[in-house]
Amino acid sequence: MHDHRATVEAVFRSESGRIIAGLIRISHSFDLAEEAMQDAFAAAVVSWQTEGIPENPGAWITATARRKLIDYARREQTRRNNEDQLLYEYESRGNTINQQMDSPFEDDRLSLIFTCCHPAINMQAQIALTLRTLGGLTTPEIARAFLVPEVTLAQRLVRAQRKIQQARIPYQVPNPGSLPERLVAVQAVLYLIFNEGYSASSGDSLVRRELCAEAIRLARTLVELMPQNPENLALLALMLLHDSRRDARSTKDGQLILLEEQDRSLWHQDQIVEGIRLVERALGRRNVGPYQLQAAIAAVHAEARTVGETDWKQIAALYGILIASQASPIVSLNHAVAVAMSESLERGLAMVEDLGACGELDSYHLYHAARADLLRRMGRNREALESYHRGVALTTNAVELRYLRRRISELDSRG
Amino acid sequence: MRYMMLIYSNEDESATPEEMRTVASAHEAVMDETRERGIFRAADPLQPSATATTVRVQDGKALVTDGPFAETKEQLAGYYILECQDLDEALAWAAKIPTACAGGAGCVEIRPVREFSQRPPVNA
Repeated sequence: MHDHRATVEAVFRSESGRIIAGLIRISHSFDLAEEAMQDAFAAAVVSWQTEGIPENPGAWITATARRKLIDYARREQTRRNNEDQLLYEYESRGNTINQQMDSPFEDDRLSLIFTCCHPAINMQAQIALTLRTLGGLTTPEIARAFLVPEVTLAQRLVRAQRKIQQARIPYQVPNPGSLPERLVAVQAVLYLIFNEGYSASSGDSLVRRELCAEAIRLARTLVELMPQNPENLALLALMLLHDSRRDARSTKDGQLILLEEQDRSLWHQDQIVEGIRLVERALGRRNVGPYQLQAAIAAVHAEARTVGETDWKQIAALYGILIASQASPIVSLNHAVAVAMSESLERGLAMVEDLGACGELDSYHLYHAARADLLRRMGRNREALESYHRGVALTTNAVELRYLRRRISELDSRG
Repeated sequence: MRYMMLIYSNEDESATPEEMRTVASAHEAVMDETRERGIFRAADPLQPSATATTVRVQDGKALVTDGPFAETKEQLAGYYILECQDLDEALAWAAKIPTACAGGAGCVEIRPVREFSQRPPVNA
């Protein structure tokens, strides 16, 4: 049984989210649930070596962890009985656990997602808590992914868990009245996790791929739990369609390759097929939201076998609708670029420059990069150079910096 | 669990009598509704922070200073104490509490009341 450790790890990866969600429900405590689950996995490492791997490892862990919870509750009960000067108003944990163990199985992960992404918790902590409890990532792993010291992250988690407990942040799916708003918050957290992995702003690329994979797994869980919501489907689609390009996005030495220069044979077709299928399912519901529009845009790119085949007209139209529901300078910038590609460079450039005149985008490196790219296409090399240089001055992202510098040296060599 | 809702309001603004009536009736509505549900525990408005005096005991001596603890634009103007199931219920009530005591919107800070019969959770 040399591979029992690998099995334990695999079970942890795939089932810890579901297991801990159930344990939190019955113990009303993140701390105790986590302790019980860790103890159970530790017990599995020992037990599975001698006894063999059980038929249903997840169920074994759950049962063991529940026994641990009962043990803790008994221990607590004894301690409390010895402290009779203190009154405790809540019921004995041991009794609650025994009753609730018999309740029919339901998926607690949905409640857990909403608790972890509760707006009363600071956004950074929401992300960490979601990755830790539902994603089964360890504290050091999350700290590495977000480039924060492990101690800082651990404190952030403890503070959030304490707040959940002390301010009594509920462990439930929100009522229908606040569900739409709260679901948007959950989707935003998952998308942030994905983007942190995808944008490769800095740090270890391996860890970052892990983040993307984790975000996709969580989005998949959300689809599984709330399959009726088209924005959930679209969020998963959007992630899959972006992730499908991961091997084509950079050279071996880490140079960023823009969409138009990517070797499209490196795109992962299985993800594209699934992503497009999801987009179609989502759009069929006729309740168009921002993730559906963004996923639809990504799908249009994915469907083009060559850059030349890209349906820029459709992309421009989709960005146009997106502006109406989610106005932001960045969306407008993308819209302008799509117009440049589908109608005329001049018109696109005029739109880009109008946006720049508002001032908001002037400190944003991608604004200058986009403007520079259009100028370059129009052969206005001197102005393009100027813009590339402004972009360089404004970005700290090493990958994007390399891209901008490459453009500069190309233009320089052309004189 | 009891939650204390601390109302922070901008004192520099001046409200018209009509605006003040709107604020007052919004308070009455919240108090009536929470009383009806049996979750009202307390609520009071405070005199403006110009009436505040801060006492700090140092080396056994009481140091008295004129004014509030912190000089900020939004000052504590009143409070509610409500018995709520959880934070979501408290948030829903807090959203109904008017904060424009003297005109200009403020905010409500929600703090769970620490019960003496409840020990703080043990952190492993």
